[in-house]
Amino acid sequence: MSRIPLLALGAALLMVSQMQAGFAANSYEDASKLFKQGSYAEALEKIETVITANPRDARARFLKGLILTEQSKPADAIKVFSALTEDYPELPEPYNNLAVLYASQGQYDKARKSLEMAIRTHPSYAIAHENLGDVYAKMASEAYDKALQLDRSNAAAQTKLAMIKDLFTGSVVPGKGSPETTDVAAATLPATTEKPATTAAKPTPSATKTDTDAVLAAVNGWAKAWSNKDANAYLAYYAPTFQVPGGEARANWEATRRDRIVRPKLIEVSVGSPKVSFDANGRAVVKFRQGYKSDALNTFGAKTLTLVKNSDRWQIVQERMN
Amino acid sequence: MKGPARSHQAGSRQTLLQALVAIIAASASYAWALSITPAPVSRQISTPEAMLVRALLDIGDSKFSSAFDHIDSLLLSNPNFRLAQLVKGDLLLSRTRPINSIGNASGGSAEQVAGLRDEARVRLVRSQIEPSTDLAPRYLLQLPEKEKLALVLDSTKSTLFVFENTGKTPRYVADYYVTIGKNGLEKFREGDKKTPVGVYHVVSRLPKDKLTDFYGSGAYPISYPNEWDQMRGRNGHGIWLHGTPRDTYSRPPRASDGCIVLTNQDLETLAARLQIGSTPIVIADSIDWAKPEEVESLRSDLTSSIENWRRDWESRNTEAYLRHYAKSFESNGQNLAQWSAQKNLVNAGKSWIKVRVSDVSLLLYPGKGDMAVATFEQDYSSSNLANRMMKRQYWIRENNKWRIVFEGAA
Repeated sequence: MSRIPLLALGAALLMVSQMQAGFAANSYEDASKLFKQGSYAEALEKIETVITANPRDARARFLKGLILTEQSKPADAIKVFSALTEDYPELPEPYNNLAVLYASQGQYDKARKSLEMAIRTHPSYAIAHENLGDVYAKMASEAYDKALQLDRSNAAAQTKLAMIKDLFTGSVVPGKGSPETTDVAAATLPATTEKPATTAAKPTPSATKTDTDAVLAAVNGWAKAWSNKDANAYLAYYAPTFQVPGGEARANWEATRRDRIVRPKLIEVSVGSPKVSFDANGRAVVKFRQGYKSDALNTFGAKTLTLVKNSDRWQIVQERMN
Repeated sequence: MKGPARSHQAGSRQTLLQALVAIIAASASYAWALSITPAPVSRQISTPEAMLVRALLDIGDSKFSSAFDHIDSLLLSNPNFRLAQLVKGDLLLSRTRPINSIGNASGGSAEQVAGLRDEARVRLVRSQIEPSTDLAPRYLLQLPEKEKLALVLDSTKSTLFVFENTGKTPRYVADYYVTIGKNGLEKFREGDKKTPVGVYHVVSRLPKDKLTDFYGSGAYPISYPNEWDQMRGRNGHGIWLHGTPRDTYSRPPRASDGCIVLTNQDLETLAARLQIGSTPIVIADSIDWAKPEEVESLRSDLTSSIENWRRDWESRNTEAYLRHYAKSFESNGQNLAQWSAQKNLVNAGKSWIKVRVSDVSLLLYPGKGDMAVATFEQDYSSSNLANRMMKRQYWIRENNKWRIVFEGAA
């Protein structure tokens, strides 16, 4: 749900930046590739040229922040993300990463303020919520230590805060074409959408939007709703014709799902390496590696979702763990 | 996330709220006699305490972010206020999971957490204190003109009250949060970690540079064990008023080895007004507040008892004089029989005696109200001897008559 306005925003920014510096796109991709390979120095060099060509390029600057973080230059990375929050106060990701960096330095109060800004801009931003929870817990423990005169000499503050690795596109959209296509499509979604369930998976009639992208958006939205513990949004991804496992009554199944979604304090569902195919009936079959992490459980497994398009929305009709 | 997350938070805050409301409710049961009187006196509590109380009351009103702001700015100026740190921890933790008590720290001893919870309770109790011009502690019967103030400790409120001598009803000046002995009151022997109950005075001053950091901004030993304590076989020593270490704003209500601990700031304010060697301190379980007329009747009873004793001594009617002494009388190892024999002998050799009594301090002993301590300047002269001295007498009520149970130099 947070993803929607986020993508829209990103797209708007990207369109501007691409228009201004179309040539830079390849350089950005190169830098991103180098970054993923761990060649940080080269990646930094590449991304600097992109930024020099277009100093307003938020995505490039964001990547630079990530590279500096990986290079263990938190002070420099903080500068980059800080500047991004100033230039693009509506983007939650730079706030989040800024917070992660502050937290790693034990500056929890700054981390907290940063995350609260992220959430203020995007109230349903799940990662920021989780991170903020961690920061609160850390600050609480710090306050308790002071209250009880404990000296636990904060071993470089072991926090499990999550750094956002990718601006705008999320981390689960796999090997697809230029970012332009998704983002332009997403940009046409209303940015103020309140009901994620009805819009998150909604493919728009954009010429550049393929069914594959729409299906993936639906799967990611479904995972997101689950991670956000938003049972209503989550259940809305299931078609009325969904084959309830074991032939159970839909209502019973929904009640069980609701309970499982709401009960854990924390859920993190990831969609890894999804592969989309379409069967003869036009149904989309998505196979992916599903990561599920809660306070109690941490599992991975292969999952297959079958989706149908119901009046422009891709909805799940079958769900299988392989 | 919205739905579940919000209700989850509301739930956890609700329980913190309930925990605090329970504390506040508990504190209300200590509602002070004075709060019903219509003539309030302005009372200034220290800023850190006021801010902490505001935060606690905010939590009681579900104003969590305001509570957090108060705590945060309080900690900015007083980072060593441990209770404030604990409440901050709770406010933060309640955003991540339900908590149902004050102090959810995983580390630290249960005793430490219990101590801070107790401090939270006491701070709220203290916030309800409303001094009044209509009542004063029953103990302060009379103070000599030179005595500028008197201290009265109410241990159930962990509060040290300061009163100014006006010549009539003592006037409330200030009150301070204090820590007393781990094991409470009624000190009896060395090492029992208790604070004595009784009438004492500040005997000396130990400057900061002669002390370790533990005692903070200074120490003021009091006169425990006093004459009465010694008669009862109470021992131990080193009951001091003192401050807190640099890294500690305040200590829990019951945490000392018997000393009375104030914050450094409060101790410094108080110290500026103390009269070393004379300022009285009455330590009570719970202060017995009385109207001026009740105090006056006690005072005049005792004053006339002292006057009769003085007159009978001057009369050289030793039998009449000795009637002022209790059966259980003691003085420096003499019992009543020995004392009587000596007085008979001494008085027989005199043709006249003059006794003048001035600067009388009269303090009622906390407890049943049947003992009082009189301290005065005695100017004695006779046909063969004269001397001036500070004298102290402990008077007890026997068969509705005040009699002397101890007498000696003060």
